[in-house]
Amino acid sequence: MKFTLAPAPHLKPLNSVGAVMRQVLYALVPATAAYVWYFGWGIVIQMLIATAFALAAEFIMLVLRDRPVRPFITDFSAVVTAVLLAWAMPPTAPWWLVGIGVVFAIVFAKHLYGGLGYNLFNPAMAGYVVLLISFPKEMTTWIAPGMLVDDDNQLTFFQTLQTIFGGGFPQGVNVDAVTSATPLDYLRTQLTANRTILEIRQNGLFGDFGGKGWEWIGNFLVLGGIWLLYRRVIRWQVPAGVFLGLGSMAFLFYALDPGSHASPGFHLFSGAAILCAFFIATDPVSAATTPKGRLIYAFGIGVLIYIIRTWGSYPDGVAFAVLLMNMAAPLIDHYTKPRTYGHAKP
Amino acid sequence: MADMRSRDGVELHHFHGGLELPDHKAMSTGGGIRIAPVPRELIVPLSQHIGEPATALVEIGDLVKRGQMIAEPASAVSASLHAPSSGRVSAIEDRLVPHPSGLSARCIVIETDGRDEAVVPQPLPDWQDAPPAMVRDHVRAAGIVGLGGAAFPTWIKLDIEGRPPIERLILNGAECEPYISCDDLLMQDRAMEIVSGAQIMLHALHTAHCQIAIEDNKPRAEAALRAALAEANDERLELVCVPSVYPEGGEKQLIQVLTGREVPHDGLPLDVGVVCHNVATAAAVHRAIVRGEPLVSRIVTVTGAGVSAPGNVEARLGTPFEALIAFCGGYTETASRLIMGGPMMGFAVKSDAVPVIKATNCILAGSDAEVAPAREPMPCIRCGECAEVCPASLLPQTLYWFTRARDFERTRDYDLFDCIECGCCDLVCPSQIPLASHFRFAKTEIWGKEIERAKADIARQRHEFRQARLEREAREQEEKRRKKQEALERMKSGGTQKDEIKAALERARRKKEEKE
Repeated sequence: MKFTLAPAPHLKPLNSVGAVMRQVLYALVPATAAYVWYFGWGIVIQMLIATAFALAAEFIMLVLRDRPVRPFITDFSAVVTAVLLAWAMPPTAPWWLVGIGVVFAIVFAKHLYGGLGYNLFNPAMAGYVVLLISFPKEMTTWIAPGMLVDDDNQLTFFQTLQTIFGGGFPQGVNVDAVTSATPLDYLRTQLTANRTILEIRQNGLFGDFGGKGWEWIGNFLVLGGIWLLYRRVIRWQVPAGVFLGLGSMAFLFYALDPGSHASPGFHLFSGAAILCAFFIATDPVSAATTPKGRLIYAFGIGVLIYIIRTWGSYPDGVAFAVLLMNMAAPLIDHYTKPRTYGHAKP
Repeated sequence: MADMRSRDGVELHHFHGGLELPDHKAMSTGGGIRIAPVPRELIVPLSQHIGEPATALVEIGDLVKRGQMIAEPASAVSASLHAPSSGRVSAIEDRLVPHPSGLSARCIVIETDGRDEAVVPQPLPDWQDAPPAMVRDHVRAAGIVGLGGAAFPTWIKLDIEGRPPIERLILNGAECEPYISCDDLLMQDRAMEIVSGAQIMLHALHTAHCQIAIEDNKPRAEAALRAALAEANDERLELVCVPSVYPEGGEKQLIQVLTGREVPHDGLPLDVGVVCHNVATAAAVHRAIVRGEPLVSRIVTVTGAGVSAPGNVEARLGTPFEALIAFCGGYTETASRLIMGGPMMGFAVKSDAVPVIKATNCILAGSDAEVAPAREPMPCIRCGECAEVCPASLLPQTLYWFTRARDFERTRDYDLFDCIECGCCDLVCPSQIPLASHFRFAKTEIWGKEIERAKADIARQRHEFRQARLEREAREQEEKRRKKQEALERMKSGGTQKDEIKAALERARRKKEEKE
């Protein structure tokens, strides 16, 4: 009898990279549905464009780098990068914007560092930052949630397509009615004009916690995050760290001066904070790897998000916060080695 | 402080990580312990234990009886071997043995005569009154080694000379690896032997507390042991049910769960007051002391989708694997890999002609559906799942990183040698990297370097010694030459040979006087 020879363990592996990445995508489905409900189909179109560009860029890079194409193209990691970047884009942004961003992310931030598993920076965030700095106008033209726009001016699916591919809002769209600052952006500009939080919150943009529409998207993101925790795709340290970092900073300054600092609830439920906590900071390759290290890494991200939002030049600091902590990850790992069984407590 | 309590209210603690695995034990636990027939040829390797191979006592042509010692321990850390059945020693030669390397080793081959005659048993009937040293020597003479798979000479772990007092004896009946059920069946059918063995061990260890640990997925074994304990009515013994998590039965993990203490990385369980033996070892000790039977057989689980009628068999040591598989109905069409041991820590063998040895707890004939296929691993995505499941709280992803970079010094910094090679990290890795293999490689590379360094040290010492010797010889030559020169000059300047002789005699006489 001819027997196969292989080293132990002999049981089938329990997991795969593709399975992990697909779980992340499934977890985003409820939140994407909520997003479409409030802001229209723009985000789905952005996701499709981003995915197409991402897979094309990945394919070209794998061929250029002489790497096996099939296992890497089918591992869904490029798709996850594309989808997360699409989430960060204004829904009506022109098609070439997300294209440039995702190509930069895949080519520069991922493959030129060595490909899957070797990237120092979070590729989606690197792509987003390049776009934000290079195309500030396009990256800050957001639209209002559907419930704030009266029925005549609602953006249809076809009009959305035209906006994205046609180089701007088409004829017949009331641009003033449709576009709007994000709640965070509005908060910033109004605070600079010395309005108080109470006054600012009177604006229709704001719901109970965060921005209208954004709160519900946040809820579904949390649901998705809990699903990922349950399936052990992510572990509790990163979401807990981000919320603790952001929440404690916000709480501290809100307690000191509620007039000019938004509540912790607002900060936690607005912008990309929840997306960051469960989907972005959890990118395993660019984060710290030890359990304690992840807590510190995520806490640092939370703190930096607050600092950049409050005193920096950008309305949302998630991308920069993540990139800064990416740089600190190796150092954090070095100092947070767990105590091995049988070794003395230091 | 306990983390939780077992069903009996015993304090239990947690160990870090671990995996809940489907146990696949039901396929082999039916049918009780079947007794395998004695095969035509028994192959007894001289090395089936940790330590030096045994030294053969027999020669080709000798007639042996069952239980007769055919090889003696070569040193303290070694074990004896006994003929598993009666017959004639037909050869002492290299045969294929079960080992990951697939190499052959020296074996005593016995052609059985079918009569299965035994030597007169040599029990130790009044062991309760015998000194512990006598019990220990009896166990040693019976060739008993750890039957949980490690095969460490048992008498050494019953030796208390010069050691700190032992607070408790733990009998390991956890059997946490999937597929294996030999200890389960032993506990179900022969619980009294285990209990008796525990009592003998307690006597040898001069200890008054024994915990028999068993995973909670073995209800019948648990019931059998409870009945045996009730009958023995010995308050020193207690049964503890532990959670069924792999690798609960790892010695270090079990000690942590039962005592809350960690075995120091550079020490032994003795250092935390504990001695741990497998339940089958305890039963073997009972047989040796009470029945006077040395170790000549063991229970082997023959299982896997590649076996037609999986079950547990009592096999004579030296029985070829193929004979046991045939006894269990033969191979099925799907048998693709033959493993000695369990699916997590066992190793694949290329031929079924290899014999059952003392460490053979399981023969697993796996099908392609059961075993992992050959695959190309992806790069490490640093997800950290490996660290989450590691029972030793290591960072496998970092160890992997440094092993790939061949930076073995750094792997030592990250405690590579604390890896127990349980395989949990391998199973959970999404990139399907064969982590355990990398760590085994790193360990052997480091050992190889240490052997090289030791050799180089010896070579350097010898070189330095030789240099010193050459210098000394040169100096002595110089000395001699100088003296001769002086003598010659003295003669030249007027002295005669007679004067020289007189002077030499003077010197000799003075020396003699000094001595006295």
